[in-house]
Amino acid sequence: MFKLWSTILKDIRILTRDKLGLIFMFVMPIVLAVVITAVQNSTFEMLNTNTVPMLLCNRDTGEAGKQLETAIHKAGMFRIQNVNANEPDSLIAGRMHAKDAVIAIIIPSDFTEKVKLKSNEIARKALKNFGMQSDSSKSDSSNTSIQPISMLYHPVLQETFRKSIQGALKSALQVVQNKEVLKSLYFNLNEKAMPDSLEKELIGEQVAINEMPVSRSGSRNIPNASQHNVPAWTVFAMFFIVISLGGSVVREKLNGSFVRLKTLPTNYLVSVLSKQLTYLFVTVTQAAVVFSLGIWLFPSMGLPRLNLPDLPGVTVVTLICGWCAVSYAIMIGVFAKTQEQSNGIGAVSIVLMAAVGGLLVPSFAMPESFQFVMKLSPLHWCLEAYYGLFLEGGKLKDVVLNILPLLGITLVIQAITLIGLKRKNLI
Amino acid sequence: MERMTTAAVRIENLSFTYPRQTRACFTHLSLEITEGERFGLFGPNGAGKTTLMNCMTGLLNYQQGSIRLLGNEIAHHKKSVNRLFGFVPQDFSFYQELSPAENLAFFGAWAGLNKSTIKRKTDELLDILGLADVRDRKVQEFSGGMKRRVNLAIGVIHEPRILFLDEPTVGVDVHSRHAIITYLKQLNENGTTLIYTSHQLSEAEDLCNKVALIDDGKIIAHNTLEQLMIDHEEDGLEGLFINLTGRSFRDS
Repeated sequence: MFKLWSTILKDIRILTRDKLGLIFMFVMPIVLAVVITAVQNSTFEMLNTNTVPMLLCNRDTGEAGKQLETAIHKAGMFRIQNVNANEPDSLIAGRMHAKDAVIAIIIPSDFTEKVKLKSNEIARKALKNFGMQSDSSKSDSSNTSIQPISMLYHPVLQETFRKSIQGALKSALQVVQNKEVLKSLYFNLNEKAMPDSLEKELIGEQVAINEMPVSRSGSRNIPNASQHNVPAWTVFAMFFIVISLGGSVVREKLNGSFVRLKTLPTNYLVSVLSKQLTYLFVTVTQAAVVFSLGIWLFPSMGLPRLNLPDLPGVTVVTLICGWCAVSYAIMIGVFAKTQEQSNGIGAVSIVLMAAVGGLLVPSFAMPESFQFVMKLSPLHWCLEAYYGLFLEGGKLKDVVLNILPLLGITLVIQAITLIGLKRKNLI
Repeated sequence: MERMTTAAVRIENLSFTYPRQTRACFTHLSLEITEGERFGLFGPNGAGKTTLMNCMTGLLNYQQGSIRLLGNEIAHHKKSVNRLFGFVPQDFSFYQELSPAENLAFFGAWAGLNKSTIKRKTDELLDILGLADVRDRKVQEFSGGMKRRVNLAIGVIHEPRILFLDEPTVGVDVHSRHAIITYLKQLNENGTTLIYTSHQLSEAEDLCNKVALIDDGKIIAHNTLEQLMIDHEEDGLEGLFINLTGRSFRDS
C-alpha cells in the first residue's frame, strides 16, 4: 500500500507541475462545452427567433405573390429584407456574396396569373370528378405549369439547414395554392367570391403540432443545447486525456526512470494502477468542473442552464467513462514507441471513435454499415449512458444496458494492456 | 574473510542474442566476480559491456546459461533478487520534474524501504553527495554533475550488496567525479561489491582492484589490474587495453 501511495504521490506531483498539460486537460473541455453549446444554441435561436437573413424579391404584382410574402413572414424563421422587383438576379447574388443574406427568394412576375390558372384547373378536375361542370371548363390547360420560385442560397448554408428552410417555403406555398383552389371551387359552385370570414376559417385553422420529449422522469422540459452538448464534449475531453497520460507512459518508458523501475523489487503493475487512480481522479474532476459550469456559469453567459439528472447515475457513469478513457490512454502509451506515435494515434483514434460513436453525427443517422463499428466505440456507450440520464431523465437502472458494454470494452482494453506489458517484459 | 570468497556474481555458459538478430552477443561466456571486489568491465564500443550488465541486472532475458547473484539465479526469481543489487545506469534514471528528496522517496518505496528508513537514508545520502542544499529543487534545474550524484543516490538508497555502475561519471566535472569516486570507495569499504564499466580508464585504474576486458562477446582478460599489467608488460590500463583489443575502430 505504501508503494502504491508513494507512486500516486509521484504521479500527482509530476501532473501538477506540468502546467501546460493541466491547462490542456481542464480548459479544453470547458472551451469545447461552452463554444459548441453557444454555437448550437445560436442555431436553435436563429431558427426560433426569425434570424435567418433572407432577401425577398417579389416581381409579381398580383394577389398570390403578396399572399406568399405574408406566408413567408408568418413562417417565423426569417429576417426579411425586401429587394426591388427590378433588381436583376446577378445583383441579388452579389448581395448574397456580400453576406447581406444567406438565402434569397425570387417570386416570378407571372406567379399570380399561373397560380390562378393552376387552381382553376385543379378545381375543374375536382368538379368533373364530382360529376359537375365548371364555368372554367373551357380554360386552356396547356399553359398552366407554374414557373418555379427561385431560391438562391449561400454555399455556407448546410444541407440540413437548407432543407428545413425549403420545408418552411413549401408550406407557405401550399397555403397560397390551397387558398386559390378553394376560392376557385367556391366560385364555380356558388358563382360568387368566397367571403373573407370563410376564407379565414378554411385556411387559418391548421392542426397544431404538440411537441413532447419522451422522458423517463415524466418531465416535460424540452432538452436544450446544454443537455446535448455538455455531456457529449465532456466525454470527448475525458478520452482526450490520451495526449497527457499516453504521453506520460511513453515518456516514462523512454527516459531512464523506466530502466530503474524494472530493476527494483516492485511490479510495474503498481505504476499502472497508480496512473489509473490518479488520472481517474482527473477525469472525474474534469466532468465535475464542466457540469458545474453548465449549472452555474452558463445561465450568466446567456446559455441554457444544464439540469443535472439523477446524481448516483451521473456519478457511476462518470466513473466508468473515466476508467475506460484512462485504460485506453494507458494502452496507447504501452504500445506506442515514441511520444509522437502516442499523440498522433491517440488523438486521431479519439476523433474517429467520437465520429463513429455519435458525438459528431447522431447515432440514429449513422449509415447501416457503421452501426456495428459504432457499437465498438466506447465513446458511443458513454454518450448513450449520459443521454439516458441528461436527455431522457433516466436513473442508474435505466442506463445499465449502456454501462455493461462500456465495462466490457474497458476490460478488453485492460487485457490488451496486460498482454502488451507482458510481451514487452514489463510485468 | 568468508565473505570475500563468496561469488557476488557467477556467470556460467551464458549465451545471448538480441531478438530478430542472427549474430550472438555472447556464446558460452563465463565469469565470476567475488563479493567485496571493485570490479571493472572494459572493452571497446560494441564489445557487449552494457548488454552483459543488462543481463546481470535482469533487464535482458538471456537464452542460455545461468547468472547467479549471491547464489540466486536471476532468471528464476527476478524480483526478489532485485533487492540484492542497485543499478546506476548511464542515462539519468529518475524523474526530472521531481526534487532529489522526492525521487529518493519514490524509488526508496519501490526498493521496499519504509517511510522512516527512506527519510534517514535521504538525509544521509543528500548530505554525503553534497545535495542537501538543493534537496527540494527540481532536478531538471541541476547541472550534469549534480544529476549524476542524484542518479547514484537513488541506486544506493536501499543499501544493496552489489552495485552495478554503467559509466557513472560520464560528462561530469572534476569535483563531482571526485565526490562520486570517493563515495563509491566508501561503499566498497562497507562491503558493497562494485561492478563498473567506463571509458575513463584513469578513473578505473584508481577505482578498480579487479578488471575484465571484453571484446567481441568474449572475456579476453580477467585478473587484478597489477597482474594483468605484469602479464602483458604494460604500465597502465590504457596500454593494456590497446595491447589486447588492437587499434582499429569497433563501432565504424
